[in-house]
Amino acid sequence: MTRSDLAIIGAGPAGMAAAAQAAELGLCVTVLDEQPRAGGQIYRDVDRVAPLRGDILGAEYTYGATLTASLKHSAITHLAGAIVWAIEDQFRISYTRDGRGAQLDADHVLLATGALERPMPLPGWTLPGVMTAGAGQILLKQSGVLARDAVLVGSGPLLYLIAAQMVRAGTPPKAMIETQTRSDFISAAQHMGGALRGWRYLAKGLKMLASITRAGVPRYTSATDIAVQGTDKAEAVSFISNGHTQRITCDTVFLHHGVVPNVQAARSLGIAHTWDAAQQCFVPKRDEWGQSDKEGVFIAGDSAGIGGAKAAEYAGTLAALQIAFAAERLTREDRDRCAAKLRAKLAHEQAARPFLDAAYPPYAQALLPDDSTVICRCEEITAGDIRGYAKLGCIGPNQTKAFGRAGMGPCQGRYCGLSVTALLADARGQTPDETGYYRIRPPLKPVTLSELAGMEVTTPDAVH
Amino acid sequence: MKTVSPFLELESGPRVKVILDDVALSLPQGANLAAALLAAGVPVFRDTPISGAPRGPFCMMGACFDCLIEIEGTTRQACMIEVTDGLEITRIHHDEALA
Repeated sequence: MTRSDLAIIGAGPAGMAAAAQAAELGLCVTVLDEQPRAGGQIYRDVDRVAPLRGDILGAEYTYGATLTASLKHSAITHLAGAIVWAIEDQFRISYTRDGRGAQLDADHVLLATGALERPMPLPGWTLPGVMTAGAGQILLKQSGVLARDAVLVGSGPLLYLIAAQMVRAGTPPKAMIETQTRSDFISAAQHMGGALRGWRYLAKGLKMLASITRAGVPRYTSATDIAVQGTDKAEAVSFISNGHTQRITCDTVFLHHGVVPNVQAARSLGIAHTWDAAQQCFVPKRDEWGQSDKEGVFIAGDSAGIGGAKAAEYAGTLAALQIAFAAERLTREDRDRCAAKLRAKLAHEQAARPFLDAAYPPYAQALLPDDSTVICRCEEITAGDIRGYAKLGCIGPNQTKAFGRAGMGPCQGRYCGLSVTALLADARGQTPDETGYYRIRPPLKPVTLSELAGMEVTTPDAVH
Repeated sequence: MKTVSPFLELESGPRVKVILDDVALSLPQGANLAAALLAAGVPVFRDTPISGAPRGPFCMMGACFDCLIEIEGTTRQACMIEVTDGLEITRIHHDEALA
């Protein structure tokens, strides 16, 4: 059994920056990440891909190579392809790698597990050919695979980013079906001050929009009643935009209406979460260093609340400073001096966020879908099923499991948890905080018996 | 089930033989298996155990479990596997999943 001062779950910007900072301060760090190469989703496979198609993906993507380079430090062990499935006992981390179970011990844990796409349940969203916009981007980043005939559906900056990248790659999307309305933009205007402080993001957004328009990509806004049609796979998207019913044939649909923190690991540790009304998701409670309410467990980056890649990098570094301070590798003065600069950068980075959250809110009909829409993809439970459970007296998300197995399939609630909370809260006239969320338990990912049987287990406390 | 691919591949590296339900496919070595199958014109990866509905990759990041396929008798996430020479893949069907 190996022991580290710090175990980091996730090799995205938060995890990589934290590892580099902690190692520099003399800590022994292990980074566990599911992917074969470092970068997280935002910088996925950047070392291999940047020379191949950095021009399509842009400088903000290729920048990730500076972070992956910082992992090459003698005090950092990067366990690529490590699927973490349990974090227990102050702290023993169980994971699968190369088909075998393994464990490591650590004094501190940093959860840098990133974001998931906000579930976007609408009619037909389970059909083959319908993917998240993030999936579309991953296909392009990691594999150089581009949809020839895709329709982009939803709202938010990521939708424009992938559209702009598709334009640069020579396969512009067939159409963009956007759910934000003019009134969303008007209500966002109150946050314009922050947006102007974060003007770089606005300028980037306008540039992306210009390139999409220049490429002749049709944009439909204020879209409602969106449905993907098809029998065995996606064939068309129908919707109403500004009073007109539309139907666009396509074989690929990329859905996106924001990303939300991936809280599976934090939830499994019993860390308290609260509802963030601006971002319409649960976020883990933590202090200014990212320390959660569980001593020794820190959370940084998008898994602590959506802020984007640069904000994640700063938050990861802040957490590392505090962990090094706790491990007596850094004086209070040095910690605070380093932190002040980072906090200023972080504030600057977050300035445009309230504007973006208000201008591109989630698609209302996917937050509270029609009765017939499947919300739990694994167990094929519909929104109507959940409403029915509420009528029968179901008091919370954990009880929906007993009523109909919602959240009990292989994804373990990752793509239905927020929908179930929203539907129950709506049906019972409660807030999301009152309604709560699924209880998440290990294993966080499925483990096979052969992986367990192949596990090297040593008990440090064993009597010899 | 194989159709003309809705996807375009930018890379053209060495390819290896992979067997999907007794059909030989030529896929890029070391590529993400889910991406490679999509690019090869395979949209449907399995049927669901509940209704038998067809499914394919959705999140491409190991979270949704929609791209499940079977390799050497074990159910795996195609988006978390790299293409290797001689890989034998079976698509999981409704009746088998219930068995």
